[in-house]
Parts: sequence; structure tokens; C-alpha cells
Amino acid sequence: MADVAVHHTDHADHGDHGGHGHATSTGLSNNKLAMWLFLGSECLLFGGLISTYMLYRGRVGDGPRPHSIYDIPFTSVSSFVLLMSSLTMLLAVSAAQKRDDRGTTLWLTVTGLLGATFVGGQVYEFTAMYNEGLGFTTSLFGSSFYTLTGFHGVHVTVGIIMLMALVGIIKRSKVPGDKAEVVELVGLYWHFVDVVWIIIFTLVYLIPT
Amino acid sequence: MAIIEQPAPASTPEPALPATPTRAYGAFKRPVATTGWKSWVFTVDHKKLGIMYGAMAMFFFIVGGIEAVLIRLQLAAPDGKVLSADVYNQMFTMHATTMVFLFVMPMAAAFANYFVPLQIGARDVAFPRINAFGFWCVLAGGLFINLSWFFGGAADGGWFMYAPNSGPVFSPSTGVDYWAFGLQIAGIASLTGAINMIVTVLNMRAPGMSLMKMPIFTWLTLVVQFLLLFAVPVITVALFLLSFQRSFGATFFDVAAGADPLLWQHLFWIFGHPEVYILILPSFGIISEVLPVFSKKPLFGYPFVVFSGAAIGFVGWGVWAHHMFASGLGPVSVAVFSVATMAIAVPTGVKIVNWTMTIWGGKLNFTAAMHFAVGLIVLFTIGGLSGVTHSVAPSDTQQTDTYYIVAHFHYVLFGGAVFGLFAGFYYWWPKMFGKQLNERLGKANFWFMVIGMNLTFGPMHILGLQGQPRRMYVWTEARAGEGFFNLGFWNLVASIGSLILSVGVLLFLINVWKTARSKEVAPLDPWDARTLEWMTTSPPKEHNFDVIPTVHHLDEFFHRKYAEDPVTHEIKQVATAEDILAEQEANADKHIHMPSPSYWPLLLAFSLPIITLGIIYSIPVAILGAVITLLSMFGWALEPSTAPDSDYDPPASGEGTKELAPLG
Repeated sequence: MADVAVHHTDHADHGDHGGHGHATSTGLSNNKLAMWLFLGSECLLFGGLISTYMLYRGRVGDGPRPHSIYDIPFTSVSSFVLLMSSLTMLLAVSAAQKRDDRGTTLWLTVTGLLGATFVGGQVYEFTAMYNEGLGFTTSLFGSSFYTLTGFHGVHVTVGIIMLMALVGIIKRSKVPGDKAEVVELVGLYWHFVDVVWIIIFTLVYLIPT
Repeated sequence: MAIIEQPAPASTPEPALPATPTRAYGAFKRPVATTGWKSWVFTVDHKKLGIMYGAMAMFFFIVGGIEAVLIRLQLAAPDGKVLSADVYNQMFTMHATTMVFLFVMPMAAAFANYFVPLQIGARDVAFPRINAFGFWCVLAGGLFINLSWFFGGAADGGWFMYAPNSGPVFSPSTGVDYWAFGLQIAGIASLTGAINMIVTVLNMRAPGMSLMKMPIFTWLTLVVQFLLLFAVPVITVALFLLSFQRSFGATFFDVAAGADPLLWQHLFWIFGHPEVYILILPSFGIISEVLPVFSKKPLFGYPFVVFSGAAIGFVGWGVWAHHMFASGLGPVSVAVFSVATMAIAVPTGVKIVNWTMTIWGGKLNFTAAMHFAVGLIVLFTIGGLSGVTHSVAPSDTQQTDTYYIVAHFHYVLFGGAVFGLFAGFYYWWPKMFGKQLNERLGKANFWFMVIGMNLTFGPMHILGLQGQPRRMYVWTEARAGEGFFNLGFWNLVASIGSLILSVGVLLFLINVWKTARSKEVAPLDPWDARTLEWMTTSPPKEHNFDVIPTVHHLDEFFHRKYAEDPVTHEIKQVATAEDILAEQEANADKHIHMPSPSYWPLLLAFSLPIITLGIIYSIPVAILGAVITLLSMFGWALEPSTAPDSDYDPPASGEGTKELAPLG
């Protein structure tokens, strides 16, 4: 809706008049405030999923036990890859703020590739675990493990789609509103997904059952 | 929305159309209809969406009410034959689900949508298309849940759908699947709506309106949105786990597989208890507007009402396990939650004191809205007191799963939440439609509802303390007891009460119908109101305000109408609403750009039930739905939310074009 008012320009909803100085009551742009609120809500989503996992991680039934099938060195490497993607995301935001479209698309692409590597690693990990006898319905541990890490994987995948879409529309110069802010918003989401992974990695893989 | 095309070049033979859809970046041309159904279906205007939310909620109120009356008919006499045991279970489950998720929440959203932007002096919400998306999601979710009636029976596990009863073994019909997915879709609306409304309130207040100068309804709505923001994801997780169990063979709540069914209870009530404040706080906000206006006094202790509202918002997170006292939590947990529950009565009590002090010594004007507001204070207090008895765990253990609980939550939800919403109808109807609801019919509506509700729910205290369990589809004469405590007598009274209550609701519908047909126009400021929404025409203009007001006071509109005489210190009227409106119109802003209507919110919202239907019946359909979802998201993202400037601003030569033409 960008400018519903004249002097009191409410910049909002993929606003297309990004260049305008906009006076919101808090000084934060509507889009950024909305993204922070959404991430706040996401904390409770992952909170619920993590609680479920923590409750059920010892309930393995006849299936494999958690630490008999985790490949911690492998997951550590893919976690490192995901964490590095936060760095490249930061470089993308910095390039966008300098209005450097080439740099922005380059770093967004690298971030997406690192994210894809992580998701690929997760697919490999799930396949290996399945072959070792841990299916989604094998035990409560299996169900809650796949649900928690699966939800996180879907979040990363959605993030990759957003990054790639952003690269596409920057190339066609069709970013509505303030380009640097749009990149920053995707970045906020991306960093959040990374931070959640640090928590999941610690609780799921590193703490012994 | 105000879309104006550039005047056609002189060579073009046809005269210029009033509005031309532009393609801009979107896949479709924009909708531009200004009249007829298209102007409603594709609208992003917060006022139209507010009315649509209200109409939908009223429809579901009637559906849920019919379900309630059927339940009461079944229980009116021993060994009722109206409903079978199975249908009875579906009936009470769907009654509660409908009333909570499809009536009270959307009706509160209707008021929030319509009045929060007006009360803070904004021209729309922060994200108008997301607002439209929210409405269509609730509608899609509500219809989806109710579809289950036609496909093998509705959900039958109670609105809290306790595990393991909700699993595939004990609930083999698809009812629970429809229920879980439908709530999931409606939950998306709550989440997006919460984000939208919080951003609107925090970011789009008129100049000068600090947080402590915000109207109280806006304040309590803000608290509600924060509760939604954090409560909805918890039920989302619970519903996902349930759906994974039912559709994909997981065993999250399957005791035989070693699961802990209490997990569901915890997740559900961590959502469910904030939910009860989500239901009641909007009504608290409404009567906190109504009582001062009809008492001709400012709200007593405004900061206390604000902070006690916020306190309820915080403490509301720490009391969920009082729904689970009978589940064997252990003495420490029970003691903690018991004390926390007693504590939350304090901020609620603060509000009751504030309302009472507001009307104390005021010049009371007992309109229909005031009747409902005072009714809320009395009835909610009764429900609140029986609520405090539940916080005493030993006593609660006796009352769990009896009609005493049913009596309690109907006093707070019907006597509280619903009466507040009705106060809102009578108070704000002239603002929304420019016509006043009939006051005499309104008072009849009130008395039928008060008498009906007390006859229905009052006896349930007795029934419950005598031990009549909830959710039993019949009771037998042999065990009904004698004398004053005869179950048969009080069950009959409750059933008669529910019919009287229905007459009350019917009177409201007749009132709406009569008002719609009447030609009588309401005065601009019929109640001598205090807040900004009354500072514009009725119904408000497309862009709400010709000039965004600069706010200097709490109750700004009152302070523009009245001033203290410096000599005699008497409060005297210095301007009428008409004067204030005329002054605004004379200084109207030029070039007001309103957000443009869009097809995408509707398309995106209705792609979601396709996915969920597919998960229940056939995965390829779900994939089709997901593709439509994804494409709609891209279409949405690529469509600018506001039509390009060329659509609004004709060249300078276009003298006399009206920028304010409301075209959408």
C-alpha cells in the first residue's frame, strides 16, 4: 500500500516507493517489524517441536538408539557449511546496501548453494539412517527426530527458494521497494534458521542420551 | 480504491473509462470494480474486510447456536432420542469449535479490522492484502471443518481433542482430519492477522498518539495480537503432530507405542489458555469504550486498565495446567499452577473495579449498548468467581468434567465475550452503516439474552455439583435425584433457557434486517463519543480521514468537542462533530493513494484446502494445491501493492479530476 497518506507515508506490504523517507511511529519499517514478529512466532513453533523431541528421544522401542546412528563428524561439516552461509548472506546484504547488484546476486547465489549443500547433506543423512533401520514410524524417537529436523530442512528449503527468487527479480530489476531492505529481510529469516540449527545441533546431536 | 486513469488521448474515439486495470508487473490485470460482488471479493479495504469478517462470524454463530439448541433438546428429558450418541459427540465438538474459532475470534477480528485503523487515525492497516488473505483463510478453514459433516461425520473428540482418543484407532472417521487441517488453515489467518495488526498499531499511529494516548480498545486488541502471535504456533505444532499420526502413521500420542498422551494436553493448553484471553480481551476493550461514553466520564484509571490487560497477557502464559489438575501432575506443579491461577484473578478484578468506578456518579444513559456492557460486568464476575473456585485444586478435582465447568465457561464466554461483542454491535452500528439499530428491539434483545443465558447456564452449576458429567449424551430418570436437586427439573430449565436465548438472538437478526430496510440516517455523533473513529463520516470514507488528525489527548475527539472555561472551570461544548468534519473536509489532503484490490489473497487462501483435501484423499491433489500455492505467492510478490502513480495522478492539465474517487 506504500503511501496511503501524503505526509504520513505508510510504507508497507512490499511497498514500491522504497525511496521515500517514511515516518512510522517506531522508526522501524513495517516490513522489518513484521519479519521480526514472524520470527518471534517461529521461536514458539520450534520450541514445541524441540520439546517433543526432548520428551521422546529416549523412546526407541526396538529401533536404533540415537547415538548409534548419528554420524556426528558428517553433520558437523554440514552444520559448518550452513553457518558459513550466514557469512555469505551478510556479504549479500552489505553489497545490496552499496547498491552493488552484481555482488548482491553473487553472494545470494553462494548462500543458496551453501544452503542447498546443507539440505543435500540432510537428505543423505536421512537416507543413511533409513537404511540403518530408523524409519519415520519405527519409534517415537524416529518420528520426533524426523519431524524436528524435517521442519528445519523445510525452512532452509523455503529460504533457498526466497534467495533464488530474489536473484531472479534483481536480475530483472523488479524488486518492489527498497532493494537493500528486501535482501536484509530475507537475510533475517536466513540467520534465524541458522540460529535454530545451532540449538537443534546441540540438543539433538551433541548432548548424549 | 482510488484509481484514476490518465485522460484518453484526443484521437481516441471512445470517452475515457473511469478506471483502467493495469497489468503493472502482475500476471492478471488488477480488479477495479467499485460496485457489486467483485468490489467485495477482491477488496483489501480494512472496513469492507471488517464487515465481511462480521457477516461470516454471524453465520457461524447461528450454525453453532443451532448445534447448541440440539444438544439442549437432547438433554431436556431423560433418555433423549433427538441425537444418537455418535451425532451427539460430533455436535458438542463442533459447537465449541465453531463458537471459539469461527464466531468469537473472527468477530473480534471484525471489530479490530474495522476500528483499530480508525481509532489510531490511519487510512488502512499495514498490510492490506495480508488482511484480505486472513479473512479468506478463516472462511476456507471454517468451511473445510464443516465439510466433514458431509464426508463421513464431523470430529467428535471435544474441542480440545484429547489424545489418545483423537488417534486413528478411536476416531476412525475423517472428522478429526478435517478438524485439524481446518484449524491449521484458520490458524494461518490468526498468525498473519496478529503480525499485521501489531505492525499497524505500533507503526501507523497518527502524529502525537503515544501508546498511552491510544484508545483502550486498540490497546487490548494489541495485547490479544501478541497472545495470538505466540499461542498459535504451539497449536500448530500440536495439530501437525496429530495429522502426522493420523495421516502418516507416526505414534506421537499412541500409548501402546510408549507415547505420552499428556504431551497433547500440554501443547493444547499452552495454546488453549492464552486463547481464553484472546476470546475475552476484545470484549473487555469494547465495553471499556462503551461505559465511559454512556456514563459521560473518562474511563476510570486508564493506565490501570492498560497495564492489567498487559498483565493478563503475561500471567495468561503461566496457568495452562489448571486445565489438567485431574491428570496427576504431581503436588508441586498443581500448587504452582493453582497459585498462578488465583493470581490472574487480580488483574481481572482490577478491570471490574475500574468499570464500576467509571459508571459510579456518571450521567448514565442506558442505551442497548450500555445494557450489554453492564450485563458483561455482572455476568463475567459470576463466571470469574466460579473460575476462582477451579483454581483450588482439591475442589477442582471434584468439578472436573462436570456441568459446573460448563456453567463456568459459558458465564465468562457468553456472559463475557458475547455480551461485549453485542455491546459493540449496538455502539458501533451507526458508525459502520450510517444507521442506528433500533433501541427498543435492542433492549428486548438484551433482556431475552440475559434471562435465557441465566436460565441455561445457571442451573448447570447445580447439575455439575450434583455430579452430572459433561459430554454424556443421555441421563436416566433412575439416578436423577429428588427435590431441589432433581436433575430432570434443572435440565429442563436449562433447555427452556436455551430457547429463550435463541429468541434473543433472533430479535437481534430482526433488528439488523429492520435497520437495513429503514431509511432513517443516524446522526454523525449519536452517542457523544470520545475517540477518533467518530471524527469522520458514517460510514467512513474510503480513505477514513480527509486529514490525518494530530493527537494531543487521550480521548482526542472529546477534547476537540469540549473545553474547560478558563473562568468558571466548567466543561463546555466548543464544537460539534459536524463542525470538526467540515473543517477536515475543507483542508482535505490531495492525492490520497489507497492500496489496490487484488486477486492473489483469495487465490492463495483457497489453494490451502486443496492441499489438505489432497492429504486426506489423494497425494497428487495435494501436490496440485501446493503448486497453486507457490504460484500465487510469486504472483502476489511480483504485484505492487499499490497501482502505479500513473493510475492515480492525471497530468497537471487534468483540472477537476477527483483524486479521492473511491473506485474499488
